Amino acid sequence: MADPLPPGTPNAVEGLDHFLRRRTSVIAARARGGRPGEGRDWLTPGEVAEQVLKARLDAASTTQSGFAERLVWFWNDHFTASAAIVFVAYFLPDREQVVIRPGLRGSFASLLKGAVLHPSMIFYLDQRRSLGPNSELGARARGRLGLNENLAREILELHTLGADGGYTQEDVSEFAMALTGWSMDIGPQSRTGQRLGFFPERQEPGPRRVLGRVYTQTGPDLALAILDDLAHHPATARNVTRRMVRHFVGHGLPGLEARLETTFLRTQGDLGAVTRALVEDVEAWGPPRKVRSPMEFLFATARLLGGLPAAVNPTGALRAMGQPFWSPSSPKGWPLEDEAWAAPDAIKTRLDWAKEVAAQVPPTLDPVALLDATYGSAASPETRRAVARAADRRQGLALLLLSPEFQRR
Amino acid sequence: MMHPIARRTALAGLGSLFAWGFAPRLATAAAGDPRLLVILLRGGLDGISMIQPVGDPAFAALRGADAGQAVPLDGLFALHQGMPNLLALFRAGQALPIHAVHTPYRERSHFDGQDVLETGLPRVTAGARTGWLNRALAEIPRGARLPAPRGLAVSPVVPVIMQGPAAVETWQPQAFRYADEDLVARLLDLYEARDPGLAAALRAGADLDRAMQEVPAGQPGTTRVPGRPDFVTEAAGAARIMALPDGPRVAALGLTGWDTHAGQGTARGNLANRLGALDDAIGAIHTGLGPVWGDTVVVIVTEFGRTVRMNGSAGTDHGMATCTLLLGGRVAGGRVLADWPGLAPHLLHEGRDLRPTADLRGVLAGVLADQLGLPGAALARAFPDAAGTSPWRGLIRT
Repeated sequence: MADPLPPGTPNAVEGLDHFLRRRTSVIAARARGGRPGEGRDWLTPGEVAEQVLKARLDAASTTQSGFAERLVWFWNDHFTASAAIVFVAYFLPDREQVVIRPGLRGSFASLLKGAVLHPSMIFYLDQRRSLGPNSELGARARGRLGLNENLAREILELHTLGADGGYTQEDVSEFAMALTGWSMDIGPQSRTGQRLGFFPERQEPGPRRVLGRVYTQTGPDLALAILDDLAHHPATARNVTRRMVRHFVGHGLPGLEARLETTFLRTQGDLGAVTRALVEDVEAWGPPRKVRSPMEFLFATARLLGGLPAAVNPTGALRAMGQPFWSPSSPKGWPLEDEAWAAPDAIKTRLDWAKEVAAQVPPTLDPVALLDATYGSAASPETRRAVARAADRRQGLALLLLSPEFQRR
Repeated sequence: MMHPIARRTALAGLGSLFAWGFAPRLATAAAGDPRLLVILLRGGLDGISMIQPVGDPAFAALRGADAGQAVPLDGLFALHQGMPNLLALFRAGQALPIHAVHTPYRERSHFDGQDVLETGLPRVTAGARTGWLNRALAEIPRGARLPAPRGLAVSPVVPVIMQGPAAVETWQPQAFRYADEDLVARLLDLYEARDPGLAAALRAGADLDRAMQEVPAGQPGTTRVPGRPDFVTEAAGAARIMALPDGPRVAALGLTGWDTHAGQGTARGNLANRLGALDDAIGAIHTGLGPVWGDTVVVIVTEFGRTVRMNGSAGTDHGMATCTLLLGGRVAGGRVLADWPGLAPHLLHEGRDLRPTADLRGVLAGVLADQLGLPGAALARAFPDAAGTSPWRGLIRT
């Protein structure tokens, strides 16, 4: 698969290094009353995000792997680790390269384990703070620190079984106990030299009972065993495939949802088979139902024009259109509803943005030729007429970008 | 954009000015059509720089050099000299500062402090991602036939304080030049022929833009002072949307940059600029709300205050109690409320911070009760586990 990450994008270890160097530099700047970052050797989280976004856009306008990118977005969002908590951005490129891209056609179980135990998620959902009360470290903390259930709860509610998946608060607490040990050490001085991964001294001792099953494993294997079982649970098959259908095709397709669920169960969550079943299903190819998200609109525009004009700032565009890059406001990720992005202020802002983009392209670009090349006879007569009769070519391009054909998918 | 929960009901309001075309007049006992705007000062406002306890014998030695002159409000407190709009409101009896107030949070992390401030819970609670303002919005008493009220977040995404069961829309200041009317009209023609859903959205969005165009993009309504951030564009936008006859009645707005660790510059410098910008925003809200100022309460809160001693970088670090402000035509203002804990070293929290003597949740619950007419059970859902804290009555004239 194409690797569109630019050189210098940090992996997880380097991301943590940027985080630590940034903090040292901010503290030093405070002490001397100056600004951090004069002659700095670290990237801000925003710079990491912007670098990746620009690289992705460049790649999108040239490569053919459009659907693979869409799958990457879907899984990134299914396992939301949001840079609304800004430092998460240091770890997201790594998760995408190491876990998500290689996992697109693997088993759901491996993707789940890789995604939720990755430093990005450990940071985002407070798992780094979670400490077994009776662990080696917990005994010393004397109740000042303790269990944090955030990650356990979101894995059950969002990533696997779903809110209606039949688990109890007791399951959440037990699973949270089982996840202790998975952490990261972001202190100025590392206690043991270890920064990421599994920390045995944080693990709550003893067997755990989750969804009626008792787990006696110790070390990292304990959480991995539970995650394996969750990945193969029937409620997970339903929750995950339902989200896939609603994300890629739309709502109100119970037949398609059921067929995909069956494929997931039959193949034990083979994502290659599940994705193939989705793409090959005739119901997936019905008339467009969903309004494109700002991210989809931005990338579709880049693909249509062979790249965005240099004066267009993609980070600002996504923010203005309501989908700041990598930064949904909750662990649920971006909304799935078919019309979620068709709010009044959002649609009008798209038009304002499209007008600015159209003003930046060469005035020789012919929107009618572009429409024909992209949609051919599938374009409606009304759209064709609106673009062809525009006051000038730039207005025609803005109309093409906002046409129902281009706004829906 | 629209918060997911909101979208179907919003699209039902086809052709209305905004998505609130069918929004109810809030049917409360308290007032005809009350409004509530909450402004979050993110980063930790140094409360004793804004409302300065100049009558405390310890203040001059701690802060005198940095704080500069201030305008007396009563025998103990004085207002920062760079806030003329706030001063005028105070003198008109429409501004009520409350001092030495804090959420139950007693640590010093911005994220956790903002979480407690926004969720309304007594502590950082994993997985609890609904905000007290949204829960309150969902519980506003209304007639049985009226549809649910809607909230507004002036932000690209919905902040925690506005997440929850009630529908919320977001609005941001215009980032691009407005598309010309000819282009809008042509696209609207196309949508009307091919896509009624998008037509309704575009029509409402263009109507809103026309209503908002009097708010100059990126240009504060007052003279631009060098170094002063622009808080006016968002504040004026929020006020204008809330003033629309069918606009939202409950809104949240965040203003950032209060984390003054170094070179605080209270009298002249960073914090002076920021307080000046906040004062500009207060003026813009007063103006923008126009006749409905009398129906509105503006609440200004922050996640924590700052250390009472200046640090080695002429700044202040994360602290505890701070100051909160209530503004509006119905606020029983013109006085400073405080059970003042004192600034002498032995009176400080952990020897460094202004000691909290009032629970912010009680203040906020009092506003929800008297401004939005929330009954006791609804207040308990807005601020769960707040035993020992009761709503402050008498903050709002009813």
